[in-house]
Amino acid sequence: MSDPIIQMKNIEKHFGSVIALAGVSVDIQAGECHCLLGDNGAGKSTFIKTMSGVHKPTKGEIVFEGKAMNFANPRDAITAGIATVHQHLGMIPLMSVSRNFFMGNEPIKKFGPIKMFDHDYANDVAMAEMRKMGINLRGPDQAVGTLSGGERQTVAIARAVHFGAKVLILDEPTSALGVRQTANVLATIDKVRKQGIAVVFITHNVRHAMAVGDRFTVLNRGKTLGTALKGEITPEELQDMMAGGQEMATLEGSLGGTV
Amino acid sequence: MSDVSNGDERIKATSKFRQALMRPELGGMVGTVAVFVFFGLFAFDSGMFNSQGVMNWSVVSAQFMIIAVGACLLMIAGEFDLSVGSMIGFAGMMIAIFGVTLGWPMWIAILVTFVICVAFGALNGYIVVKTGLPSFIVTLATLFILRGFTIFIPQTLERKTIIGGIREAAEGDWLAPIFGAEIGKPIFVWLGDMGIINVFERGNRAGEPVVNGIPMLIVWALGLVIVGHFILTRTRFGNWIYAAGGDADAARNAGVPVSSVKIRMFMFTAFCATVFAVCQVMEFGSAGADRGILKEFEAIIAVVIGGALLTGGYGSVIGAALGALIFGVVQQGLFFANVESSLFRVFLGVILLAAVILNTYIRRTITGER
Repeated sequence: MSDPIIQMKNIEKHFGSVIALAGVSVDIQAGECHCLLGDNGAGKSTFIKTMSGVHKPTKGEIVFEGKAMNFANPRDAITAGIATVHQHLGMIPLMSVSRNFFMGNEPIKKFGPIKMFDHDYANDVAMAEMRKMGINLRGPDQAVGTLSGGERQTVAIARAVHFGAKVLILDEPTSALGVRQTANVLATIDKVRKQGIAVVFITHNVRHAMAVGDRFTVLNRGKTLGTALKGEITPEELQDMMAGGQEMATLEGSLGGTV
Repeated sequence: MSDVSNGDERIKATSKFRQALMRPELGGMVGTVAVFVFFGLFAFDSGMFNSQGVMNWSVVSAQFMIIAVGACLLMIAGEFDLSVGSMIGFAGMMIAIFGVTLGWPMWIAILVTFVICVAFGALNGYIVVKTGLPSFIVTLATLFILRGFTIFIPQTLERKTIIGGIREAAEGDWLAPIFGAEIGKPIFVWLGDMGIINVFERGNRAGEPVVNGIPMLIVWALGLVIVGHFILTRTRFGNWIYAAGGDADAARNAGVPVSSVKIRMFMFTAFCATVFAVCQVMEFGSAGADRGILKEFEAIIAVVIGGALLTGGYGSVIGAALGALIFGVVQQGLFFANVESSLFRVFLGVILLAAVILNTYIRRTITGER
C-alpha cells in the first residue's frame, strides 16, 4: 500500500467538559472509499469537522500528504484539497445551480478595473460537470430548490471534484434519500473514487457502506475499534460494533434480525 | 441513470408565464404599471404629469429609493436595519452641529458625519454577527439610542431641536453641491424656451422654467440603484450577499466570509441613510431632531414590494427601486387626486400584505414547496 494521503493520529477533541473524541486514529488512501460508521453521537461529525479544519483537535496530529498540517479555518482545508459535502448539503435552495456551484469560488472576468462574476463561464462549467455526473439540468439558472435530494448531493459532489478535491468527505449523503436516489449517489461515489480521489463516506447505514466501501472504520463513543478491509468483516459484525455490541444483540433478537 | 439524463417526466414543463413569475421584480413592474395607469386615468388633469408634478413625485420616489437600495441589499444578506430612520435624523443633526454650531467647513462636517454614521452601521453589524442576536432587536436598540442623541445633543448645545443656517454655511463649499445642487439647468431653460415645459409668467423669475434642474438627490438615487444592482447581480461579492442571506452556514462552509459581508451591508445601509440625510438638510437648510421617523419601515416596505423575501437570500435592487417609485407616485398622486392623505397608510398596509403573500407564493414555487 502507498502512503496514505491523510493520517489522523490519536485525535482528541474536548468541548468544555465533554470529550467528543477520545483518541481516534484513521488513515485514508487516495482512490479508496473509506467508510466511517457510527451511531448518532459517536463522534463522526466532530471527527470530520476536525479533518476539514472546522475544529482544531485538542490533542493529536493530522498529516496531509506527508506533512503535519494545521488548518486555521475550513477555507485553508478546501484550498489544500479537502472538501466536505455536508449532511445539510451546503446548497442554498433559492440560488441557481451555477451560483451555488461557484459559491465562494466565483470565476472573475475583468472589465477594465472592474472585476465581474463571469456568468457565461460559470453556467457552461456547471452544466458540463452535471452532465458528466449524469444529470441534465433544465438550465444553469434552475434553482437548487427544484432539484431532488439526490441531484442536490450530486451537485455538491461535482462541485467539490471540480475544485480539485483530493479528499472528499461525504457526511451522511444517503441518510435522507429514497432507494433510487441513494443508488444514484452511490454510483457517483464510485465514479469519484475511480478518478483517484479519496472518499470518506460517513454513514450509519451498513448496507450503503458495504455497497461502495473499500475499508471500514467504526466509531463508538468517541473511540475507534480499528479499521477493517472489505471482505474481512460481515455487515452483522459492523452493525454490532456500531451499536456497542451487547444491548443491540438483545434488541435485534426481539426484532427478528431485521434491523 | 438514463431516464434522469432525459429529464424527469414528472416535472411539468414550466410556462413562460411561470418563469416570468420567478423574477423578483415582477411584482414591482406590475405595480408600477398599475399605479401609472390608475393616476393617468384619475389624476391626469391635476398637474401630476406636468413638469412640476413629475419633479414632485420623482423627488419623493428618489428619497425612498436611496434608503431602499441599502435596505434591499441588507435584507438579501439576511438582516434588517431598523435604525435607518434614526440614522437619518442623527446624520442631519451632526452636519448641523459640526457645520453651524461648531462652524467647521461644510465638507469636513459632511465627511466626518459619513465616518460616524458608517461606523455606527459597522457597530450594528458587528454586534449582530458576534452575538448572533436577531438584527431586528439590535437595530431597534440603535433606533432609540441614535434618536435620543439626536434630541439630546442640540438641546444641550443650542437649547433647541431644530438647527437652521445650513444653506448659508454651505455657501461656496465644494462638497455640499454634490448633495444639494441641481444639474442640467441649461436643458430645462431650453425646454422652457421651446414651450415644452411651463415657465413662470410673472414675478421676478418670469421667463425662467418652473423646474430648474434635476436635484442631485435623484442622481444619487439612480446612481445607487445602478451600483447596487451591478454589485448584486454581476460581481462575486453579490453572490456572497445572496449566499449569506440564503443560508449563512452553507455559505460559511463554502468559504464565503459571511460575517464580513453582513457587516459591510450594515455599513452600506448606514451610508445610504447618510446620503439621504445630507441631501435633505441641504434642501431644507436645517436639521430637525424628528427627521426620518418611520423611514426604516418605508424602506423595508419598498423592498418587499420589490420582491425581496423577508427571510433573506432573494430579491432585487431594481425591484426595490420600483417599490420606491410606486411608493412615491402613490403618496403624491393621492394628493394630486385630492384623496384624503390618511388613506395612503391604508394603501400601504394593503399593498404590503399583498406583496408578502405574493412573495411567499413565489418562494414556494422556486424551492418546490419546502
